[in-house]
Amino acid sequence: MQVKLKVRRYNPEAENPVAYQQEFTAEVEAYSSVLDALMYLREYVDDSLAVRCSCRGAICGSCGVRINGQATLACKTKVVSVAPHGETITVEPMGNMPVLKDLVTDMKPFWDKVRQVTPWLQPEGLEPEGEYVVPPESMTHLNGVMGCIMCGVCVSDCTALEVDSNFIGPAALAKAYRFAADPRDGESQERLRALNEYGGIWDCTRCMECVEVCPKGVAPMDRIMALREKAMAAGFTNTYGARHAEAFSDSVKEGGRLDETMLAIRTIGFFNVPKLLSMAPVALRALVHRKLPMPSPFHAPIPDVHQVQRIFGRLEKKL
Amino acid sequence: MKYAFFPGCVARGGTPELYMSTVQVCRGLGIELEEMVSASCTGAGVLQEKNRKLGDTLNARNFALAERIGLPIMTICSTCQGVMSQANKRLREDAGYLAEINEVLAEEGLEYKGTTEVKHLLWILLEDVGVEALKRHVVRSIKGLRIAPFYGCYMLRPSDALGFGERPERQHALETLIALVGAEVVDFPGKSRCCGFPILTINERNSLRMVAKHTGEAKDLGADAMVTPCPLCHLNLDGFQPKAAKQRPTGIDLPILHLPQMLGLAMGMDTEALGLKRNIVSPKKALEKAGVQM
Ligand code: SF4
Ligand code: SF4
Ligand code: FES
Repeated sequence: MQVKLKVRRYNPEAENPVAYQQEFTAEVEAYSSVLDALMYLREYVDDSLAVRCSCRGAICGSCGVRINGQATLACKTKVVSVAPHGETITVEPMGNMPVLKDLVTDMKPFWDKVRQVTPWLQPEGLEPEGEYVVPPESMTHLNGVMGCIMCGVCVSDCTALEVDSNFIGPAALAKAYRFAADPRDGESQERLRALNEYGGIWDCTRCMECVEVCPKGVAPMDRIMALREKAMAAGFTNTYGARHAEAFSDSVKEGGRLDETMLAIRTIGFFNVPKLLSMAPVALRALVHRKLPMPSPFHAPIPDVHQVQRIFGRLEKKL
Repeated sequence: MKYAFFPGCVARGGTPELYMSTVQVCRGLGIELEEMVSASCTGAGVLQEKNRKLGDTLNARNFALAERIGLPIMTICSTCQGVMSQANKRLREDAGYLAEINEVLAEEGLEYKGTTEVKHLLWILLEDVGVEALKRHVVRSIKGLRIAPFYGCYMLRPSDALGFGERPERQHALETLIALVGAEVVDFPGKSRCCGFPILTINERNSLRMVAKHTGEAKDLGADAMVTPCPLCHLNLDGFQPKAAKQRPTGIDLPILHLPQMLGLAMGMDTEALGLKRNIVSPKKALEKAGVQM
């Protein structure tokens, strides 16, 4: 069968190096992957097409690209799954990293961020004579995250990285969790401290892109949430992020629903006058448009709020 | 057609115009609503950050309240919808977990059996009211208006909790509705991205960059307005747009409509009743283009 592809081309060595889209038709089988189609093109149509791959079995992590706007592994994506009715498939290089040529991106920023989280074990005390012995249960929760193949697919589509290249990003934060939560590691506290800094765990917007696109089920965002919980439990509570989580929870507990005005004020801090004032024009605009809800204590609780409070009482882990 | 109406905290707080326009549109379409006044916040994913079981229990309580009156839940917020869908999936897939949570609910005289459906107004319009019936209600042409969709993360992700398997058309529901009311769809890659609201008070700079990027991109593609089924996206894209606009030399000035505001306009409703004056970025100019005065 035939499949139509629209491929983003870019050659830095061309006389006039601008990116453009090129349409191709490839000859494939019903079971072929998008990578097979690209390799057909390179083999029989245009040998200048740059594609990176190795294992062709979703193991090596080298064939990350964007297919129809979403990052994924080209070798793991069947042609029929993205073009069931013969639609044209768009293939572009991954996002949030520089393009070297055509579909090949520079992974250096990716590796730099992974290095930034000290991705190795830093055990406490003397090395044991034999192996480290830990109960299996203390390691099973790390299985999923250890499945990461460093493909960069999550990084490509991360919405926080898109606006701030300083953000550590999903893959490296998942890696940070892998070590911060390892029972053999002795530097958890220091790791968590560093992750609270600008560019760390609190800059994630919880958009779930990384969870959606990761081909290995690593669920980086869930790891970031686990890191937040760990950081707060370890006593790092004086951040906008931690105060936000705390104030949100208090608001729901008190009234059964959220009081946005109080949430903002509590997150920023009652005494952080400059920042509160910087929010004032927005609040004023909202008032003029009769939008702003009354701040507490006028925010009425829901009927039966005591039910909600009792549920909190039973399940809340106080930090 | 009757639903247990879950407006969510923001429609009852910072975006009263969403609540108003929802009630108007539903009345116009003959959708009966019974508001869930004692329902709690879903936790919006924030509560779940600290304590997933607590979040799931609060949601199970809401589901049990709807189950008791035998009605499916209608949401009007992408975040509420997503968080409820995820919780419902966990509860329905794991009988042991559900039993554990029911133990807590039992002390409040409640039990969740796992039967409550949770549907966003956007899905209800296309799936329950239906395209043909909707078309009959579209009496005012807003042809000539170019509208960009903006979904809100949790209406699209995680896809396995949102019923896309059985209903793949949900992934384009917003575009379908824009076309149905006679406007032109301005498709752009930012439609599925994050509005930046969750980090507004944590990292305002990044949050506003997201606002400027998405609204600016849509504007550059010729959009007259943007429509969203999420009040949190609305708070950021509309409320913080004047502040974010400072990042662009040409400004932005893109009105952001709530889903029922757009539909209400096409249904010929009064702009006052749809709360359009409460939008921070005024839709006046855009509406004039469609021949609507406000
Ligand atoms: S959830 Fe967080 S880390 Fe994952 S893609 Fe979104 S912003 Fe990035
Ligand atoms: S977390 Fe998933 S998407 Fe990200 S690098 Fe690892 S395997 Fe790839
Ligand atoms: S080629 Fe190795 S993961 Fe695709």
